[in-house]
Formats: sequence, C-alpha cells, structure tokens
Amino acid sequence: MAGIPEASGTGGVFSAGSHKGFKSQLKKVYTWYTGGFVTFVILLAIAEQMGLSRQWIGYVFLLATVGLYAGIGVMSRTSDAAEYYVAGRRVPALFNGMATGADWMSAASFIGMAGTLYLTGFGGLAFVMGWTGGYCLVALFLAPYLRKFGQFTIPDFLGARYGGHIPRSVGIFAAILCSFTYVVAQIYGVGLITTRLTGVPFEIGIFLGLGGILVCSFLGGMRAVTWTQVAQYIILIIAYMIPVIWLSVKQTGIPIPQIVYGKQLEKVTALEEKFLKDPKELEVRGIFKARADEASANLKGLPATFSAGKAKLGGDIEKLKADNAPADQVAAAEKAAAAYPKDEAAAKAQWTKDAGLAARAAPPLRHAEAFPGKDDAARDVSRRNFLALVFCLMVGTAALPHILMRYYTTPSVRQARESVFWSLFFIFLLYFTAPALGVLAKFDVYSFLVGSEFAKLPQWAAAWAAVDPTLLSIVDINKDGIVQLAEIAIGGDIIVLATPEIAGLPYVVSGLVAAGGLAAALSTADGLLLTIANALSHDFYYKMLDPNASTARRVTISKILLLVVALVAATVAAQKPADILFLVSAAFSLAAAAFFPALVCGIFWKRANRWGATLGMIAGLGVTFYYMATTQPWLRGVFGVTGSVADHTWWGISAISAGLWGVPLGFIVIIVVSLLTPAPNREVQELVEHVRYPNLTGDTMVTTGT
Amino acid sequence: MQLSEKHLEYWSKNLRITAILLFIWFLVTFVTGYYSRELSFNFFGWTFAFWMAAQGSLIIYVVIIWYYARYMNNLDRDYDVHEGEDE
Repeated sequence: MAGIPEASGTGGVFSAGSHKGFKSQLKKVYTWYTGGFVTFVILLAIAEQMGLSRQWIGYVFLLATVGLYAGIGVMSRTSDAAEYYVAGRRVPALFNGMATGADWMSAASFIGMAGTLYLTGFGGLAFVMGWTGGYCLVALFLAPYLRKFGQFTIPDFLGARYGGHIPRSVGIFAAILCSFTYVVAQIYGVGLITTRLTGVPFEIGIFLGLGGILVCSFLGGMRAVTWTQVAQYIILIIAYMIPVIWLSVKQTGIPIPQIVYGKQLEKVTALEEKFLKDPKELEVRGIFKARADEASANLKGLPATFSAGKAKLGGDIEKLKADNAPADQVAAAEKAAAAYPKDEAAAKAQWTKDAGLAARAAPPLRHAEAFPGKDDAARDVSRRNFLALVFCLMVGTAALPHILMRYYTTPSVRQARESVFWSLFFIFLLYFTAPALGVLAKFDVYSFLVGSEFAKLPQWAAAWAAVDPTLLSIVDINKDGIVQLAEIAIGGDIIVLATPEIAGLPYVVSGLVAAGGLAAALSTADGLLLTIANALSHDFYYKMLDPNASTARRVTISKILLLVVALVAATVAAQKPADILFLVSAAFSLAAAAFFPALVCGIFWKRANRWGATLGMIAGLGVTFYYMATTQPWLRGVFGVTGSVADHTWWGISAISAGLWGVPLGFIVIIVVSLLTPAPNREVQELVEHVRYPNLTGDTMVTTGT
Repeated sequence: MQLSEKHLEYWSKNLRITAILLFIWFLVTFVTGYYSRELSFNFFGWTFAFWMAAQGSLIIYVVIIWYYARYMNNLDRDYDVHEGEDE
C-alpha cells in the first residue's frame, strides 16, 4: 500500500519518547498514512478504468486494509501489562478521541443508521441523539474520575470502591453480558461485508475477518487496538463522506450535504403529500390491503378454507376443459393450481406471510413528522417511546465498559476531559451526516425511481433488485408499467451500500464503502473482545483467583482467553442468530441499568456502600431483564411467557427501552440500602476524595495499576 | 487526610458547573424533545424539531463537553490541584 509501510516502518513509532515529541510524531505518521490511503484509492480507481475487475477491487481492498491492521498489530506487540491493558497510558487526547470514535461506531452505525433514518424518519433520530448525547454524561460524571482512579477495567473500580469480591463479580457478569452479544453482532457484520466485498462464503468471511481482529488485539492488546482504531477511523470517515458529498453535488450542486439537505427535505415532504393522494398509489395500496385481508380470512377459516380453495382451483380447470377454452387459459389455471400450497402447514405459512402485506398497504410515512400516530393517544405512546429510547441509549453509552475503558489510556485527567470532547467531535462528524444521507437518498428514490418505467429502471435499482431481494424488490403490482412508491420494498442497509451507485460513482467507491464498514465492525469488535478477555483474566483470574500471578502470566492468560472468546463469538455468529439486532440494542439498556447508578454513586456519594451497590446493580439488571423477557417476542418465546404483550408493558414502553425502569430503580436501591447499612470505612472515603481531585497535596494514595 | 477549605470549594464549584451543564443537556434533549410536535415551524427547510434532533442538539452536546473540559482544566490550575505538565 502506497506510503504506509515506509511511513511506519521505523518500528518505534508507537513507543514513548517525550509526550510532546510522541504527539508530533503521531501526527506525522497519521498524516502520511491518510495521504497514503487516498493515493491508494486513486491508484485503484485508475486501475479500474484500465479494466481491473470488480472482484479484484474487492480482494485488494480486503487484503490491503486487513493487512494494514495486522501490520500495526505486529509493530505494537507487547507483553507488558500497562501496555497491554491501557496502551501505556500515553495516548494523546486527540488520538484517543479518534480511537474511541472507531471503537464506538459499529457496523450498525456505519451501515444501518442512515437506513433506519430513511425508513423511520424522525423516529430514527432517537439513535442520533442518544448515541451522541450520552457523551455528555461520560464527560460530566465518569471519564475524568475513572482516569484519576487509573486501573485497568470497570469492575476494577467497582471492586476498589465498594470492596470485596461481590460488586466486582456482578460487574464482571454485566460486562460480559453486554459485550458478548455486541461482539457477536460485529463479527456477523464482518462476515456479511467480507462476503459482499469478495464473494467468499459467509462462514469463511467470518474467519477471515476474525484473523484481522485477532492478529491485532492478540499481539498487542490495547496498545495495538488503539493505533489500529485510529487508522480505522480515518478509513471509515473518508468512506462515509465521499458518496454523500457526491450525492449532494449531484442533486444540489453544493458539496456540503449537512447544510443543503433542509431544502431537499422540503421537496421530499411535498412529494409525500402527493403520494398520499395519488390515485395510482392508492390503487397499489388497495391491492395490498385486499390480499392481506383475504389471507387473514383464509387463516381464520383453516382448515376448511384450504380444501375449499383447492377444490375451487380443480373445478376451474375441469370447467375450462369442458368448455373447450383456449389452451393458454387452461395452462394459466393449471399454473395457479400448481402454485397453491401443497398442504395445510404450507398454506398457513403462505397466508401468514401474505397477511403481513398489510404493512405495505399503509400510507408512506411523513419523514419530518415527529411522533406520528392515528390519534392523540397513539401519538402520546410514540412520544414516550422516543424519549425513553433516547434516555436508554444515552445512559447506556455512558455505561458500556469498552468505551469507558478507553479513558484509562490518556496520560492525565486533563487529557481525559479533552479526549471526551474529541471523541464526540469525531463521532459527531458521522452522525451529523447520516440524517442528510437518509434524506438525499429518499429524494433520489422519490423523484427518480418512482415514476420511472419498469423497462427502464435506474441502473443501480435494477442491479440491486437482481442481487438481493431483501434489500430491494420492485414488483409491478397494478401492472401499469410505471413504478409506484408502494411497489418498492426497501431494506435499510441498502442506503449506505448503494449510495455510490445512486450517485453514479465508479465501483472503487463501493469497495471503499465496504472497507469503511469493515473498519467500523473490526474496530468495535477489537474493543469488545479486549473488554471481555480483560474482565476474565484481570478481574476474575488475577484479582479473585490468583493475586500473586506475575505480570507476564496475566498477559499470557488474557491472550489465551481472547482467542477462546473470539472463537466462541465467531461460532455463534456463524449460526446467523435471528434476533441479533435486538440483542445489540438490549446491551444498552442492560449496561445502563447495571453500571451507571453504581459508578455515579461511587464517585459522587461517599455514603454509597457495598451492599447498596451490589443490590442496586442486581435490582437494576433484574428489572430490565424481566421487562425484556415479558415484552420482547423472541425472549417471550425462550421463557415461555404467555398472555398478550400489552398486559406486560408499562405505559406502552417497548422492550428496547427497558433500561428506563432499571436505571432509576438501581439508584433508589443503592440509596435506600446504603442508608440502612453502615457507612463505608475511612479508606474508601479517602479513595473517593482521591478520584475527585486530579492532584491532591498530601494524598499518598496510589491507585494507578501497573 | 483532611481536605482544606479550598479543596471543598473546588468540589462545590465542580458540582455547580456539572449541574448547570446537565440542566442544559436535559433541556435540549427531553424538554425540546417532548414538544417536538409543537415546534414544527419551518427552519431553513427543516421543521425546527427535526433540525434540533438531527443537528442542533448534537452541536450543543459538543459545546457542553468542550466547555466543561476548558472550565475544569482552568479550575484545576486556580485551585492548585492540577497535575504535572503533560503536554
């Protein structure tokens, strides 16, 4: 790859000199790296013009980027504990911000977010607000204090602050619970993108990506992961911006999509009003409604409807034959009979699916309308759920261990504070752009795809509909030869993946976008795997089982565990678990309920004690989990919950926002139980003072781990 | 160890700025969010509520964190609890 091996080939790039020298050296390395990456993409674009095939572009992107991450991993290999766990605590604020950005933005942010915004309009903005506003809580309540405490993991803080093994154990359990589901989703994403990029089978894609993750975190732990994440951030932000900017230029002539999409949104809103009343649209939605109604009626009448339908088709053929009808009519009737479900079970499956068409009979949603609903009561529930989701995502952000851990790696409290700012700034760049992409893509679909002739679909639409019907399917329902909006079924992921083609860019940009998605998934997976392996090796093995273990032994055990966890996660991901998306969003509510109250009380309330924190964490986790288990379809199935969902929901809040109950309950239990049991001892109170002041004269306590 | 008068003052100033910034965060997120249907006037093409949720609140979050870091880093110096040079 152009420029990169030369720039970082000096070997000592990621080792310390003076802080200032280190920082300026880093800036130099990453500037060269960015230049090198851009040159690489340009060279590949030229190669494409000269006839390099799409498949090869995919291979080159995959090998070059994964090879690059592996290279950084090899250069940063280490077996020193402070290096392995917290990158030697000398990551400057700016770079820690970039690393946190990559750590934070997963495959879901990169690929899924703009699609969610396309599909749900205003409702999707809950993710944009929740996943950024949470950093305010990180900055105000956690990052500087955790940095002053300066150990290696989040259970470390719970163990030291509340004393004893119990709070630490609950912390380990919760950290693994939220991180594991999340890492499975990332590895799943890695498999999907690798498959799309190169065409290898899904399972092989997973293990290829896994190799890229492992060589990095296995050899160098946090140190390697940090410097790789910075590199991955740069790739993912370039990959996200180029197609959106291009699309903006194509539609408006102005290359700043974030500013101009307000005007596009106005046009989209006008088009929506047109589609709501358009007779052709009404016709298509009417056809869907009729089909769904018929299927529902058939379902209700089973098994009588099955035999009646079959008999009728048989009768039709007989009658046509008896009347000497033309051969093509007979053939059509026979075809209809052949397409009829073979038995009752098949009929039930088919009709259940058709009854689901009711969703497509619904009028298009107004993109800019807040809290849509058919009446005031429905709008109220929609508003409550929006705010509850924002709350859970924010508090969850401020409680996910793999994010909080990153603030242990800065050189000082001062830089930890600045680093939260840089983190949010770098995350902001992408999240500020995603809603623009959603609107620009919608404008393109509404004004160019809708109304085009089926014979002459835009090239990108024809291509994607052929590749993957779950992402895009366009069927001429009312047989008028013209595409109506209601005839398009679109999957969220296509928005980011197809933008380069919608914008008319060469294939190399599609490859770049896939490489960006891969970077987002790999960087998040790296951070999560480290969190899990460290919780097991550092918190469980070293702190609880064998406190006399040597540093070398701890790091070795951590590396072995990392391998094991990665393989287990990959095995789970290879099964393609169906409800993975729900599990990821569940991680936020679970983390919020488990960690946030205990961490905040630990810093801001000296009186909080061991029993309060332990019971508070358990109560918060417990109620959150209980609420999910009784209201989420998949978990209800697992636990055999009966009765309707509506009976179990409280104020109509959906399962994804279960943390809304867990977080306040956690706080209440911590406060009540702490007040009922004796205050923590003098030593713990001094620990609290110690973390509150970046530097306290006369304070002899040293908590920084080595 | 015993905390001095000055140390306590530092902490209460920290709590005060934390509370103020948290209040702004709450206002932007939940109060504006709650009234999103009412705040539907046109704002350069966006409805105001849409713009706030998609851009306005994000900008305010970034500013909150930037201001807190700056304020606290200065406060550390004023109250002599800052760390040794790390630049």
